[in-house]
Amino acid sequence: MIFLRYAVWRFITMLLTLAVVSVLVFTIINLPPGDYLSNQIAELRATGQAEGVAKAEFLRQEYSLDQPIWKQYMIWAGIAPGPQGFAGLLQGNFGWSFEFDRPVGEIVGDALWMTVLVNLAAVLFVYLVALPLGVLAAAKSETWVDYTAGFIGYLGLATPNFLLALILFYYGHRYFNIPIGGLMAPELEGEPMSWVKVQSILLHLIVPTFVIGTAGAAAMMQRLRANMLDELEKPYVETAKAKGMAPARLLAKYPLRMAFNPFVADIGNLLPAMISGSVLVSVVLGLQTIGPALLIALKSQDQFLAAFILMFVALLTLIGTMISDMLLVLLDPRIRYGARG
Amino acid sequence: MTALLEVKDLTIGFGEAAPVVDGVSFCVNAGETLALVGESGSGKTLTCRSVLRILPEAAQLRKGSLNFNGSGGSSALLKLSEKAMRKIRGDRISMIFQEPMRSLSPLHRLGDQVAEVLRLHRDMGRSEAKQAVLTQFEQVGFADPNRAWRSYPFEMSGGMRQRAMIAMAMVAKPELLIADEPTTALDVTTQAQVLGLIRSLQADTGMGVILVTHDLGVVANMAQQVVVMHKGRVMESGLASDILGAPAHPYTAKLFAAAPMIPQVATAARAPHHDDIILDLRNISKTYTMRAGGWRAPVTVSACQKVDLQLQRGTTLAIVGESGSGKTTCARIAMGSEKPDAGGHVLFKPEKGADPIAVHEMTTTQRTLFQRQAQMVFQDPYSSLSPRMRVQEALTEPMEIHAIGTAAERREKAAEMIRWVGLDPDMMRRFPHAFSGGQRQRLSIARALTLEPRLLICDEPTSALDVSVQDQILSLLEDIRERANLSYLFISHDLAVVARIADEVAVMRAGVIVEQAAPDTLFYNPQHPYTKALIAAQPEPDISRPIDLDLVAKGAGSPSLWPEQYRFQGTQAPALRELEPGHKVRCHA
Repeated sequence: MIFLRYAVWRFITMLLTLAVVSVLVFTIINLPPGDYLSNQIAELRATGQAEGVAKAEFLRQEYSLDQPIWKQYMIWAGIAPGPQGFAGLLQGNFGWSFEFDRPVGEIVGDALWMTVLVNLAAVLFVYLVALPLGVLAAAKSETWVDYTAGFIGYLGLATPNFLLALILFYYGHRYFNIPIGGLMAPELEGEPMSWVKVQSILLHLIVPTFVIGTAGAAAMMQRLRANMLDELEKPYVETAKAKGMAPARLLAKYPLRMAFNPFVADIGNLLPAMISGSVLVSVVLGLQTIGPALLIALKSQDQFLAAFILMFVALLTLIGTMISDMLLVLLDPRIRYGARG
Repeated sequence: MTALLEVKDLTIGFGEAAPVVDGVSFCVNAGETLALVGESGSGKTLTCRSVLRILPEAAQLRKGSLNFNGSGGSSALLKLSEKAMRKIRGDRISMIFQEPMRSLSPLHRLGDQVAEVLRLHRDMGRSEAKQAVLTQFEQVGFADPNRAWRSYPFEMSGGMRQRAMIAMAMVAKPELLIADEPTTALDVTTQAQVLGLIRSLQADTGMGVILVTHDLGVVANMAQQVVVMHKGRVMESGLASDILGAPAHPYTAKLFAAAPMIPQVATAARAPHHDDIILDLRNISKTYTMRAGGWRAPVTVSACQKVDLQLQRGTTLAIVGESGSGKTTCARIAMGSEKPDAGGHVLFKPEKGADPIAVHEMTTTQRTLFQRQAQMVFQDPYSSLSPRMRVQEALTEPMEIHAIGTAAERREKAAEMIRWVGLDPDMMRRFPHAFSGGQRQRLSIARALTLEPRLLICDEPTSALDVSVQDQILSLLEDIRERANLSYLFISHDLAVVARIADEVAVMRAGVIVEQAAPDTLFYNPQHPYTKALIAAQPEPDISRPIDLDLVAKGAGSPSLWPEQYRFQGTQAPALRELEPGHKVRCHA
């Protein structure tokens, strides 16, 4: 009951936050002077292509770029009617990409899912690697296990991602026949989903997951280790010892549970960090995520495309924090009961 | 008869340094309580932990033997394998720790944590274990064992958590219980009840108990055998009746002299004067509103209600109460660091006949002025001095803030104050970590004195200190009160401490003053059942005066157990009435 009320409340606040984010995103994108079309018109005028200018002028009106900024926002969000009536985000219409000359929804379509897939895989990788290594490093602190784990971790933090990507591709291809670049074999693109396609995607995912996840895993491992070391000093650990618990079981039941909170709370921060961090990697590895599209959109002031992608990243972040908040409420009775103990 | 536990020549040390436990030997018999007495650093805690072999990793057991003669035969604990030792921990020998707040995991239900002992040591099914735990919960005094089973530790008070700890230690019916300062973190009335509980469980099961404590009063109430430790060595050991009756070793005698006691008073004191009030608290209430987010309704908590207190210049007014009584809230309001609810007044008169400062509505300039006149001494000398500031900086900083004197004058003043509190000005170049707890508290007092205040608010200034040090600090406070013509507002949970230093005492319970009088009047003729309980719960180092548990339970329990004339009407406490001059009690006429 308490949990349900909390979940509803948390969902509502998430929607409100998303609305505020949309205002910020739209404002920031429109901060640089001019827009895609006015830039294009100026260019067309300079080269004397009159018919192009007419088309651009038409598009300017069609997408209300001639309106004041607050009205543009309302039309984009779908709160106010534009030339086509209500046709904004709320109605599921994501706008037009001038750069690609196609609707935004069409451009990002598959890439959205690929982005989610790649980043979820990376998050999973972070947790699967950081959890055992962090616990082990804390339990065996200041022994060779700890030092080795720490060394590998710092190596992971310090190596530039794209360099790691290139190295892995080279050796992965040479010794394990791991495919290079892309998220699936080229002949499968556009094909309907099938077992072969799933296999191909999984195989292609190995290197990107590793590359995107390493730095996050290393940082997370160090955090978990530090938290665990703090918890191991607490008197309740001694109580458990005095009960006659075996060390491994004790570790898992008490200090790990306590050290888990920050670990869970990081889910929300991890997602956006990975998505923005993976833009470069996606370009280098030729992954069909929204990363490369975002880069192009930002460079050419393709505002609807850029705005949509940023909104999407914001949504992922918000969902991430919401999930971690709800998990915390489930995991920690102190938060659930609102006690300060 | 062989002893249950024989400790022989136990020696423990860290690294290359001299041993911190040095050649300690004693025996514990079944059904008997042995008290390990000593001040901090005496090695008593390490000694008791070595029995379970749960010492810190850096500690080395250098010498000695521990023989445990339980029902399962005799075993040399130091020679057992780690696995065999785990079988003994929690099952044959169990332990209770000092801080029930932190010794239980906050994330697991009490039932789960207690039943775990049975799952580890007994081949019991879930429901069977639960049944055993519920029975144990009932024995340690939980009114509703099923609720306790479901509760998390943070939902309970300190006393209830310690009961849960005891249940955890007792559920496997151990033959030896080690209690490491089990009541030090608890209020006196709770302490009395927990001690009573341990005693009755011991009578039921016939287990041996090692009780580690610094409090001779607790020893007198609990132990048959006493071992007095100092700096890792046994100073004196023997029967409690012998040692408490006539301590042979000078160290034990010194501990006795320092132990604060509630005096046995022959007559009531004269009513305190109130003709030159330095600090006047009128109708002080404080309500906190706790908000925890949009999905919970706000909760209001009343910290204190309608407190009226007058502090006569040059005297000490003590507020005594247990945790949650609102005494610290009163001090914070008197200090101007919090505002009372509307209608409350705090008036401060720096000189006789001067215009009072209204502390509850000070302007910034008034606040600066007030802060020069009123200073505070805090409870924990370890955290109230910045570890990164030299003593000299810490002591001159208040004068710098108030722009008093030149740098050289400030240094001179700091040196003078250092001498006042009995330290050497040569120490001013050092950092606080180079000082012991008592010395740090002296430094805190010196710092408060540098501004030449009129009023000192002391919030439990001796609670974190050993008894012998506590004694010295109280003497110091008495001394400088005369010397600097100070007035004290003294906050404490300890009636014995207050007995010594206060001219007037206000006893607070749950936000209201229940009784107020000069200490002698209060001890000669306590009226309110709660005051009586507080006095009765104070453990006296005298085996002929054991704690009267009945009196404690009645007075410290719910107001509905009190005699008719003190009871609440609904949630409304009766009014505070003046029974005789200077003696006020909250009761019906």
